[in-house]
Amino acid sequence: METVHSATPLLAMLASLIGAFLILFTGERNRNLREFWTLAAAVIKFGLIASMLPYILHGKIVEYTIVEVYKGLFLQFRVDTFGMIFALLASFLWIVVSLYSIGYMRDLNEHAQTRYFFCFALAIFGAVGVALAGNLLTLYMFYEILTVATFALVAHKETPEAIKAGRKYLAYLLTGAAFVLFSMAVTYYLTGTLDFKPGGFVAGHGSREILSLVFVTFMIGFGSKAAIMPIHEWLPSAMIAPTPVSALLHAVAVVKAGVFCCLRVILYVFGPKVLSDLGLWIPLAFVVSFTVIVANIIALTQDHLKRRLAFSTINNLSIIILGAALVSHDGIRGAMLHIPFHGFMKITLFMCAGAIYVKTHKEFISEMEGIGKQMPITMAAFTIGALGLTGIPPVCGFISKWYLCLGALEAKEIIFLLVFLASALLDAAYFLPIIYGAFFKKPKFVKDHFDEASFFVVFPIVITAIGSIFFGLFPDAFMHFFKLAVASAKNIMGMGV
Amino acid sequence: MISHQFPVLIVVTPLILSFFVNVVGWWDKRYCVPIVFVALSVSLFSAIGALEAVIKHGGPIHYHLGNWQPPWGIEYVIDYLNTPILVAIAFISILVLIFSQRSIEKELPESKIPQFYTLFLLNVTGLLGITVTGDAFNLYVLLEIASFSAYAIIGIGERGADFSAFRYVIFGTIGACAYLLGVGYLYIVTGSLNMADLHHLLPKLYYSRAVLVGMAFFLVGVGIKMGIFPFHTWMPDAYTYAPSTVSALLAPLFTKVGAYVMIRLLFTIFEPSFSIKLYPVAEILGWIAAAGIVFACVMALAQSDLKRMFCYLIVGEMGYILIGIASANRLGLTGAILHIINDMFMMACLFTVAGAIMYKTGDRNIYRFRYLHRKMPITLGVFVVGALSVVGVPPMCGFFSKWYLILGTIEAKKWILLGVLLASSLVNAILFFRVIENAYLEPRGEHAFAHDGGHPSISLDEVPWSMLIPMLMIAAGIILLGIFSGVIIKHIIQFAVPASF
Amino acid sequence: MLEQIVSRYNYWIYIILILIGFYGMMAKNNLLKKLIGMNIFQWALILYYVSIGAKKGGTVPILSEEAGSPFEHLKAIQCVNPLPHVLMLTAIVVGVATTGIALALLIIIYRRYGTLEEDEIIEELRR
Repeated sequence: METVHSATPLLAMLASLIGAFLILFTGERNRNLREFWTLAAAVIKFGLIASMLPYILHGKIVEYTIVEVYKGLFLQFRVDTFGMIFALLASFLWIVVSLYSIGYMRDLNEHAQTRYFFCFALAIFGAVGVALAGNLLTLYMFYEILTVATFALVAHKETPEAIKAGRKYLAYLLTGAAFVLFSMAVTYYLTGTLDFKPGGFVAGHGSREILSLVFVTFMIGFGSKAAIMPIHEWLPSAMIAPTPVSALLHAVAVVKAGVFCCLRVILYVFGPKVLSDLGLWIPLAFVVSFTVIVANIIALTQDHLKRRLAFSTINNLSIIILGAALVSHDGIRGAMLHIPFHGFMKITLFMCAGAIYVKTHKEFISEMEGIGKQMPITMAAFTIGALGLTGIPPVCGFISKWYLCLGALEAKEIIFLLVFLASALLDAAYFLPIIYGAFFKKPKFVKDHFDEASFFVVFPIVITAIGSIFFGLFPDAFMHFFKLAVASAKNIMGMGV
Repeated sequence: MISHQFPVLIVVTPLILSFFVNVVGWWDKRYCVPIVFVALSVSLFSAIGALEAVIKHGGPIHYHLGNWQPPWGIEYVIDYLNTPILVAIAFISILVLIFSQRSIEKELPESKIPQFYTLFLLNVTGLLGITVTGDAFNLYVLLEIASFSAYAIIGIGERGADFSAFRYVIFGTIGACAYLLGVGYLYIVTGSLNMADLHHLLPKLYYSRAVLVGMAFFLVGVGIKMGIFPFHTWMPDAYTYAPSTVSALLAPLFTKVGAYVMIRLLFTIFEPSFSIKLYPVAEILGWIAAAGIVFACVMALAQSDLKRMFCYLIVGEMGYILIGIASANRLGLTGAILHIINDMFMMACLFTVAGAIMYKTGDRNIYRFRYLHRKMPITLGVFVVGALSVVGVPPMCGFFSKWYLILGTIEAKKWILLGVLLASSLVNAILFFRVIENAYLEPRGEHAFAHDGGHPSISLDEVPWSMLIPMLMIAAGIILLGIFSGVIIKHIIQFAVPASF
Repeated sequence: MLEQIVSRYNYWIYIILILIGFYGMMAKNNLLKKLIGMNIFQWALILYYVSIGAKKGGTVPILSEEAGSPFEHLKAIQCVNPLPHVLMLTAIVVGVATTGIALALLIIIYRRYGTLEEDEIIEELRR
């Protein structure tokens, strides 16, 4: 694979870093200028990342080394097909959610807006850093930056509840980071390198017991951010954050970073061959299947809309890991596709929840009957997102779930196919009643009359909803997610199995 | 050529100019700080020059005082181990000096300022001298110079400072005397005081009990000065009640120089094999370190005074360095040496922030830090950088030294030490996020002011620029040290680790 | 056993003195007594060093080229070792300086708290 050396990754990272400090220094004095910095940084970042796309699609890798820390350890960006998927998703959705945030924050006249936008920019800096990292050390660095930056966002409301949620968030994620640090150190000690390689690089470098132990500690460490049960509890609590935070960070950036890291470990550090040899993929698959089913069951019992969506996210994240754990071509493809597709759909759902809150201050599903008639655009978008998550064409969720099921078949484990189908059934069971209630039931208080939320709030929702359908029909268009996923799977599986 | 004089310039300039500070200050107070600044700049310049010379020369440079040959004369040796420490000491002391101008105005009566700066300069002289010297007795003398000035400038602090300083006098003297006893025992059996000479003469005598007792006294003495558990008891009181500048000067530098002496002791005076294969010194140090870190974490959690919390943090950091020594391998020792330098910057950062907060609000109770981020955003930003470094978030320097320490314990298969390292990072995170939470977030009642668009203005009330600039430079230093830690290791620290590892 | 004690009496003396000094520093309540203990501790150390330079039948280390003086043809092995004496001069100075600082601190403490008893001072500080 040809390597291109270019400073573009560094420039892309600097865009959000400089943007963050510009936001901080502009502050409340000039709100419009501050919002301009956010949007400008987002657009520039996306543009720079997209500019690398042609290289990646031609099978090259874009690399940029910042500095060498020790023998074999670098702070280095290496953009490959898989990283590209996440980077494109995060940077594009930052633009969308920034528009949404502006509307949301101004409509509610929220406090501490500068801090919010500053931490947001830093969080995206961290997330894209995770995507573009070329080895575990760089990944860990940006992973930590992401955790620290999002803490202030989770505790934004500053109520005792929010602060408690923030503390819980830190406790789970920093403990996970300690596990990761340990695993990373042992990996470096065993192999002398931390660079990602498709198909893994630990083969033959340690005994079965040590490698299994390191894999388990890696999974515990990154699994905390990917909200695998039982270390998922921080995610529903974090729903106390303002909705744009939940939307981008907890449906897309933070948890997707966790899942991304898990996949990096499974596919680019250990690799399918090692996992099959060690027999580790079966226990992993069972653990995440447990999460898949149980999360969906719990989702059924939640009346708070955002909490229900949170559990749905937990479900989907474990679906992604399950796909990768199945160590099959289609499973990996499906998992990698589900990252961006789920991102689009989930963010639509969260933004709808936020729009409803902005206009009606309602948070519970039981209160939302009849809203469809008053906020048709919002609820239509919600429907699209929900249908997609259930796996109904032509929304993009169908495509990723299709490949995931194929993957289960390819791995010759029918039980996981059943897990996917059962999860889809449960999805239907808790999404459809919301939609039905919104459109076909009469509102409890006939006097309530609401309009759609402001333009800045609704427009992003429309973009992502249309995007979900668009990707469902043309999965390869625009950001070439499909091609990237296929190429990644080929690279991974090509080596070894 | 002046470059030959670098080793001695580093120490002699501040020593002589400290006398001038007192005299000139008696005549006109405004000249004190410039003189100190000149003295420390000369030291810094010489230290950097020496660094370059060591790298170019590829080996240690020697300076024989009075041109007397060692081992009969005293010599100053600058090798790969002490040269980065020298630069760090000089650099940080200059920054603290700039910081001190405004800070000391508030905490000292004006007539005492020349004396203060005299002692300041003497202290730095002592610290630089300890690092530069190659003679064991000379080290005692300089150690005492540094200690005296420390006792005195600690004593002029707030309520409780004089008593803490007195206790420090007693404790510190025990330490220095123990060190002297160690030197004495070694002198009896070898007849030499020069470190390199001892290195050659001692191996034949390792069986001797006198040498073993000497080593034991050394460890006690250096341990007390270093502030490791259980010899740390003087530290919390002394550094908390001292004036802010004094803690900012002493906390980063004094204990780390003690750690440097410990490394010199174990690896230059005695051969590494003495401490590792012959007698389980390194192992014992490892256990002490583990106990110390656990103790420090527990005590730090119980503190509500910011500076006291930092003092217990120092005890923990010293434990880290000992863990690096206890791992007894190249990685661990690299981590320990890197951590000495990193910790200097981290503690300088934290203590100057505490000083700044003290300057503006006069209150160090962390539970009363509300609205601090509106009043002092830059100070708190610096604090966050320091906090993240102690917790171990890349790219701050703290992560990189922790990384080597962890690798060292893995290679040495000391799993308990590894567990202590990782667990203490989490406790550090709790400690700092507690403060950050109190300072940045403003807890309110449920739904009370969530949508009111912000508080009525609490205006910006930062410390003056002469205090901010040093803090910002230290913070920048922390980040740069982190990013370039690979360069530092490759060019300097690599060679500081004894070749037998 | 008795021979061990008698032949090395200088070591035993210094050990006993150090322990006395140490006891004074740790067990006594009055700060001045602590200071005196510290002094005893330091002087014991100094005595120890000086004593190790002594030699049976050793003479002053003076060289002379005058014919007929008792110091002509003096060999090093006949001289008492002067180096510990020199080192201890430094140590004495250090001891004096430490005592000076400690006394200055005691004056301040006495002025501020009116007492030199440690427990009373701690009590006062706690309030």
